[in-house]
Amino acid sequence: MKKGKLTFDDESCKGCELCVSFCPVEILSLDKDRMNSSGYHLITVSDMNLCIGCANCAIVCPDSVIKVEVLNHE
Amino acid sequence: MSKVLMKGNEAIVRAAIAAGLDAFFGYPITPQNEIPEYMSKLMKEAGRVFVQAESEVAAINMVYGAAGAGARVMTSSSSVGIALKQEGISYIAGAELPCVIVSVMRAGPGLGGIQPSQADYFQATRGGGNGDYRVVVLAPESIQETVDLMKQAFDIADMYRNPVMVLADGLIGQMMESVDLDKPIKKRHIEPKNYITNGTDYHEGRHIVNSLGLDPVYLEKHNFALQSKYNRIIQHEVQYEMINMIHAEYVIVAYGTVSRIVRSAIETLTEMNIHVGLIRPISLWPYPKKAFDLIPKTCKGILVVEMSMGQMLDDVLISNKGRYKVGFYGRAGGMVPAPEEIVEAILHFDEKVVD
Amino acid sequence: MAGYERTKGLTDTRTHYCPGCTHGMLHKLVAEVLEELGILGKSIGIASVGCSVFSYEYINTDFQQAPHGRACATATGIKRVLPDRIVFTYQGDGDLASIGIAETIHAANRGENITVIMANNATYGMTGGQMAPTSLVGQKTTTSQEGRNVLQHGNPMRVSEIFAQIEGAAYVERTSMHDIGNIRKTKKAIKKAFTYQMENKGFTLIEVISTCPVNWGMKPREALDWSKEHMLPIFPLGVYKDVMKP
Repeated sequence: MKKGKLTFDDESCKGCELCVSFCPVEILSLDKDRMNSSGYHLITVSDMNLCIGCANCAIVCPDSVIKVEVLNHE
Repeated sequence: MSKVLMKGNEAIVRAAIAAGLDAFFGYPITPQNEIPEYMSKLMKEAGRVFVQAESEVAAINMVYGAAGAGARVMTSSSSVGIALKQEGISYIAGAELPCVIVSVMRAGPGLGGIQPSQADYFQATRGGGNGDYRVVVLAPESIQETVDLMKQAFDIADMYRNPVMVLADGLIGQMMESVDLDKPIKKRHIEPKNYITNGTDYHEGRHIVNSLGLDPVYLEKHNFALQSKYNRIIQHEVQYEMINMIHAEYVIVAYGTVSRIVRSAIETLTEMNIHVGLIRPISLWPYPKKAFDLIPKTCKGILVVEMSMGQMLDDVLISNKGRYKVGFYGRAGGMVPAPEEIVEAILHFDEKVVD
Repeated sequence: MAGYERTKGLTDTRTHYCPGCTHGMLHKLVAEVLEELGILGKSIGIASVGCSVFSYEYINTDFQQAPHGRACATATGIKRVLPDRIVFTYQGDGDLASIGIAETIHAANRGENITVIMANNATYGMTGGQMAPTSLVGQKTTTSQEGRNVLQHGNPMRVSEIFAQIEGAAYVERTSMHDIGNIRKTKKAIKKAFTYQMENKGFTLIEVISTCPVNWGMKPREALDWSKEHMLPIFPLGVYKDVMKP
């Protein structure tokens, strides 16, 4: 099973939640307790161990916020 | 070199090619149709770019693109077609790109007529495009002068990174005169083009050709910079001719082909013992205002003669500064004045006074 | 593909686009294609007038900003004097199909070797949501407040279908970005278009069904879903012209 690790360029995020809506394992959500300097809420990962490295989030992100590293190939 | 008998429109094309024209984008309109026609043949023979665009609007935008890419580029049209180019000219001036625009004036307004006129002086010098910009405007009176000014136009455009218009009329476009195409012109120093969009592999950094400036602080600075460029042009690029000014009782101001008709009138008036001088602006922008400081005190009045209802008249009124009476004689709709009419206008000057 | 990171085809400048705007996605795809084809350094982009006027800030090539509608004429000027460079325009539906339709059609008709990327979101976004040539019948916009109606406004204009008729057009495809699979197809189409330009095959146009969440009054995901449900039936996806497959 592929596993992925996500890193976020928080300052570029606009909180549009497209990544949230396209994540097949539903581990992303908007975190209303955090905000960048533009006033946008940021994305939080509930459990990185569940990330399958599909990169849907990164592909759909209009602002290239997410970097995806694939940890192992089967 | 030897002189050749040539039609004005053809001479314009050959002069441009001699000046290193890389690309021509144009569209048919009378009385300059021969320009795109000759261009289509001669540019192809020279291995350079020719496109008959789908409209004058498209043509000026092709000029914009090619100028930004670093080419020596030109378009031509007449009155109605020049009206269509105004947005593009404003963009070219705002983005500080060089180009040459040939305008062969016909009668207007609207579709008007195809006979010659000078009724686009305002269009050329005041510009119908938006914003604070100027176009250098050069007005030849003969085909030889057209060739010389065409070659100068490309150099002036490159030097100052600004559009230059060569303003002719249907007479110049259509008549034939003998021309020396190889007559040399004044050498101008031109900096290498360090702004062109030819790909980031070919220069440092990224080049962006643009006239957008949403930040008013930036845009004001840009406008001031444009103005100081225009002030340099005013200082260095005024061209005019004065004849017969000693003890002149009247001074006629005329440009282009009208000045040749005026010369005939002056000969007749001289035979009648009336001394009449001529100020012939060659650069319409920048206008030779200082020439008017040289008008002798013997002058009883300035007569402006144009094939229009009075457009250069405004610049004469400004330059005169209220010193002498100013009269106007004009023909319109494609009518060309005869020398006798100008003689009559001088003889009845007081009836022609407007200021 | 293993992993994903920001392409070098984009500059570091953060975009001004609204949250969830498809321009961000489409810029990214163009940038990735140019980087992957190795042509960033010999490409010249033409920015149009619309929300994407600032594309010159975001895509990492030389750029010219063209008057509204005139991008294809400007592109023609550049490509004719620099025929070995890659020249592309990035235009919205108003810029391309309203004020610019003549210049775009004639560039295609002349077979200019340029690539046109059209973002079709059925509205004039930058100026606040006025009706566009591609606005749908019944769609409420600020200049058709009771909804576009055929008698008064005509029907939405089908750009890909029009350009497919033009012989000088080498490749015309309509794609969408409403889900991951379609985003991937859009990238593939863009890559094909640029490859055809590199091979001097002629005019290439990719019409990309896009969204305008703010002017449509929807959240970003809702807008993507709306585009799938309402725009695709009017603007069917597919390859409309491929000169390699007559």
